[in-house]
Amino acid sequence: MQDFFKAEKVADNVYWVGAVDWNVRNFHGYKTGRGSTYNAFLVIDEKVTLIDTVKAPFLHEMLARISSVIDPSKIDYIVSNHSEPDHSGALAMTIEAVKPEKVFASPMGEKALKAYYGDLGVTVVKTGESISLGKSAVSFVETKMLHWPDSMVTYLDSAKMLFSQDAFGMHLAGSRLWADEYDRSVLEHEARKYFANILNLQAAKVLDLLKALPTLNLDIRTVAPDHGPLWRRPEDIKWILDLYFDCATQAPRPYALVAYSTMWHSTEKLANTIADGIRSTGVEVKVADLAVNDRSAIMTDVAKAGAVAFGAPTMNNQMFPAMADVLTYVKGLRPQNKIGLAFGSFGWSGEGAKQIAAELTAMGIEQPVEPFFQVKYMPTEADLQKAFDCGVKLGQELLARIGK
Amino acid sequence: MKKYVCDVCGYVYDPAVGDPDNGVAPGTAFEDIPDTWVCPECGAGKDSFSVQD
Repeated sequence: MQDFFKAEKVADNVYWVGAVDWNVRNFHGYKTGRGSTYNAFLVIDEKVTLIDTVKAPFLHEMLARISSVIDPSKIDYIVSNHSEPDHSGALAMTIEAVKPEKVFASPMGEKALKAYYGDLGVTVVKTGESISLGKSAVSFVETKMLHWPDSMVTYLDSAKMLFSQDAFGMHLAGSRLWADEYDRSVLEHEARKYFANILNLQAAKVLDLLKALPTLNLDIRTVAPDHGPLWRRPEDIKWILDLYFDCATQAPRPYALVAYSTMWHSTEKLANTIADGIRSTGVEVKVADLAVNDRSAIMTDVAKAGAVAFGAPTMNNQMFPAMADVLTYVKGLRPQNKIGLAFGSFGWSGEGAKQIAAELTAMGIEQPVEPFFQVKYMPTEADLQKAFDCGVKLGQELLARIGK
Repeated sequence: MKKYVCDVCGYVYDPAVGDPDNGVAPGTAFEDIPDTWVCPECGAGKDSFSVQD
């Protein structure tokens, strides 16, 4: 049967041969509302080279796109920039199908691929190493912990193209290859969401890398990440680099998030009242019930916010479990430069808000308004007044820290 | 004093250098680092380290 998937040319002798995952909505717990792509690239030279592969179910789509350019068995080299299964899932099967001469990965990549798939005969490459493909050459830069120990990026000199793996990518499915073909506000939202949920914990390393980038002496005209659109216009490359700098710096903004769980609407009343107090100070605020907002959406707003208020009822002497889920997740992503407020409601002993406060403290989030604030059963008018005042103080404190 | 390597990410703890950013003074043997210390690269615990060959 004929295959209709086609490769798309991105530069002379370079083709996009990836896959579009239109309907993925849960990417290891990250809600991918716009789907995603797994980008793979084919370089035609004396050594035909495949850069990255795709998630396992998309092997056929990738091989079909490759076949529209060249017989896949002509592939000599495969570069694996990142061993996570959305890029390596099809690697072992691709190796079996095309029998390449060599497969390249970073030192930690070699170990990770072995752990995932057994011995694939990977050749280790390190930062600064260059491999000739004939007329062109690829060189490698390890980007350890950006975002896995094995992560590296590959530079193709002929096309002046940086295959940046997960960096500068986003979960966005589409039939266009280039960022300049998409709505900018969609790109900004999805790129910020991606940074918040994947890279935020290593923000300091991102800053180091951005500062070191000019010293690598790479003339980069195109940036090709492994997810979402590619960047080709100089102003767009600058735009995504600036956005990364902004995300990594984590300077507080006049924006607040009030996230809560509720059982019988007591904590919800507090949440809405705190939010109105924040609003009265001029700080923009968003209220999010964890019953309908998943952890990746919450983290996106935490990253954007200068102030975060988390509230939950106490259930069986514990904070409500949805809140524990979100706080565990947010803690792992290490947000910086936030102030916070813990609140909640209870019927018996009331551990919830205290536990939230302890989690915020563990994250290094200062709580200048109250150690924690909680009410028994249902907030009274006086309680709601206090909630409003807490919101006002939180908003004012944020504005004072920003210097407004 | 022996160097230790993080099995997770490959970071090498060199006792001569220590990890001053995280409160470990130069000259501190790996064994003397508090158990609460984690790999400054990837966050893995002390039990994820092995002696460097």
